[in-house]
Amino acid sequence: MTRRRVLPGLPLALGVTLVYVSIIVVLPLGALVFKAASLGFADYWAIVSSPRAVASYRVTALSALGATVFNLVFGLALAWVLVRYRFPGRRLIDALVDLPFALPTAVAGIALTTLFAHNGWFGSFLANFGIKVAYTPLGIMVAMAFTSLPFIVRTVQPVLEDLDPALEEAAQSLGGSDASIFRRVILPLLTPAILAGVSLSFARSLGEFGAIIFIAGNQPYETEITSLLAFIRLEEYDYQAAAAIASVLLITAFVMLAVTNLLQARALRYTVKN
Amino acid sequence: MKRLLLVGAALAAILAAPLQAQAADKLLNASYDVARELFVQVNAAFVKAHPGVTIDQSHAGTSKQARAIVEGLEADVVTFNQVTDISFLVKNGFVSDDWQNDFPNKASPFYSLSSFLVRAGNPKNIKDWSDLVRDDVKVVFPNPKTSGNARYTYLAATAYAKEAFNNDDAKVKEFVTKLFDNVPVFDTGGRAATTTFVEREIGDVLITFESETTGIRKEFGADKFDAVVPSVSLLAEFPVAVVDKVVEKRGSRDLAKTYLDFLYTPEGQKIAAENGNRVHDEAIAGEFKDNFPNVRLVTVEDVFGGWDAVQKDHFAEGALLDQIYGKR
Repeated sequence: MTRRRVLPGLPLALGVTLVYVSIIVVLPLGALVFKAASLGFADYWAIVSSPRAVASYRVTALSALGATVFNLVFGLALAWVLVRYRFPGRRLIDALVDLPFALPTAVAGIALTTLFAHNGWFGSFLANFGIKVAYTPLGIMVAMAFTSLPFIVRTVQPVLEDLDPALEEAAQSLGGSDASIFRRVILPLLTPAILAGVSLSFARSLGEFGAIIFIAGNQPYETEITSLLAFIRLEEYDYQAAAAIASVLLITAFVMLAVTNLLQARALRYTVKN
Repeated sequence: MKRLLLVGAALAAILAAPLQAQAADKLLNASYDVARELFVQVNAAFVKAHPGVTIDQSHAGTSKQARAIVEGLEADVVTFNQVTDISFLVKNGFVSDDWQNDFPNKASPFYSLSSFLVRAGNPKNIKDWSDLVRDDVKVVFPNPKTSGNARYTYLAATAYAKEAFNNDDAKVKEFVTKLFDNVPVFDTGGRAATTTFVEREIGDVLITFESETTGIRKEFGADKFDAVVPSVSLLAEFPVAVVDKVVEKRGSRDLAKTYLDFLYTPEGQKIAAENGNRVHDEAIAGEFKDNFPNVRLVTVEDVFGGWDAVQKDHFAEGALLDQIYGKR
């Protein structure tokens, strides 16, 4: 007697999944690549390597990097606090973490700009120290950090929850210092989750548009992000150039996700072995 | 299962029915970014004159609107702020070749110009285009690549410089480059630039359509801002057209035509003038003449040889505008 499965059998499930993924993910991306590929290589290269495009990659990648590092530190701390401590309001904070997912990014962008503009609550305070956030690369970073915060918290949190405190106690009883327990016991177990969170957060930041265009000054070469440049090419009715620039973002995100998947697989193997 | 099917069929019928039945008493007008208030009033007046009709509005940068229409947005009429974006519709077969003959004044019911708005009392004493390149002046206008409004600003500044420097191309370029260096923020649309200037208090002068400067003073208080009209500016026509492909499909041609004609009636012209647009109707223009100081207007045709030439020489990728950005 075959075992009865809750969900329909493999052929149906696989078929539905493949069709769905093809229509929702592969087809649009394929169309993008196709559009970009209709340019000759020389034209494609001229577009994606133009100084303005290169400047936009730099602005986008550096801001995304900054935002991801920021989120790594604070996301990790946030996940740790949410898992390991019980305090009033914990559930509320836990729920708030998802807010950037739910909030339309344009709304987030406008709200952040209002706060960080030189006459806003944060902006007027920071202005005392000569720090400008709105309309500078720092503003782009703030917007990216806001929209990608949940990724690290939500990937690390479940792993932390499964982490048995007995492991730490054992390490303590064996005379490990706090630092070395963190470095040699906790961190290796968290590494795959952290890698996943970091790569998602970075990829999300690379592609963010709605929140950023409000808070960035959108100055070519200085605060112009790559997705805005793709948008500008569209406004010029230049679909191919827009697709070419978008393909650079796509390839970057894809390569990065592939690399982190590899690293993750290695980290997992390491964890299992030890 | 049968019941589900019935429910599904009923739902589909409900969703499909209005599309069929109301096709001819409903219009979608795709318009430019800063025309929201104007068309709220125009539509109210039009519906009052033609009961039972519904006019829906969509506002965004007009390049985006044109693209949306080509990609399937069913707009019956367009009321744009740029000829080039209607040309794009013509090229794609959505609007007829001779659309400019379908309505008076080259299908432009009202017009405006790039004008200045400064903070109350004009503390930086900004009078004309030449003041905008001073080191102590910060200028706000949107990105000409994404905003028709800003394209007029760029062209008006260039037209001024061409006159001032006797068509010396190098000096014109230097002037416009200096102007762009004084812009701290490039928003993507006209309304966003207004927000930057008004709410974020950035910049000493906002350059936008005269109609928008009038609107801002009405909305935020005439005591907060002064309007400054430069010595010379560029005629900004607001062309309108019926989108043939859509009206044929929806059977809404007559209503679309009536709607655009309404913009030329005294009532339509009055609403336009009240919203800061200059109009051709002489009686209405006379009534509002105090609101519209005399200004010398040059046209794209006279100074730049038409929109096609402008597109090629200035706005295409790698053309003059990109070179100006490239100077930083």
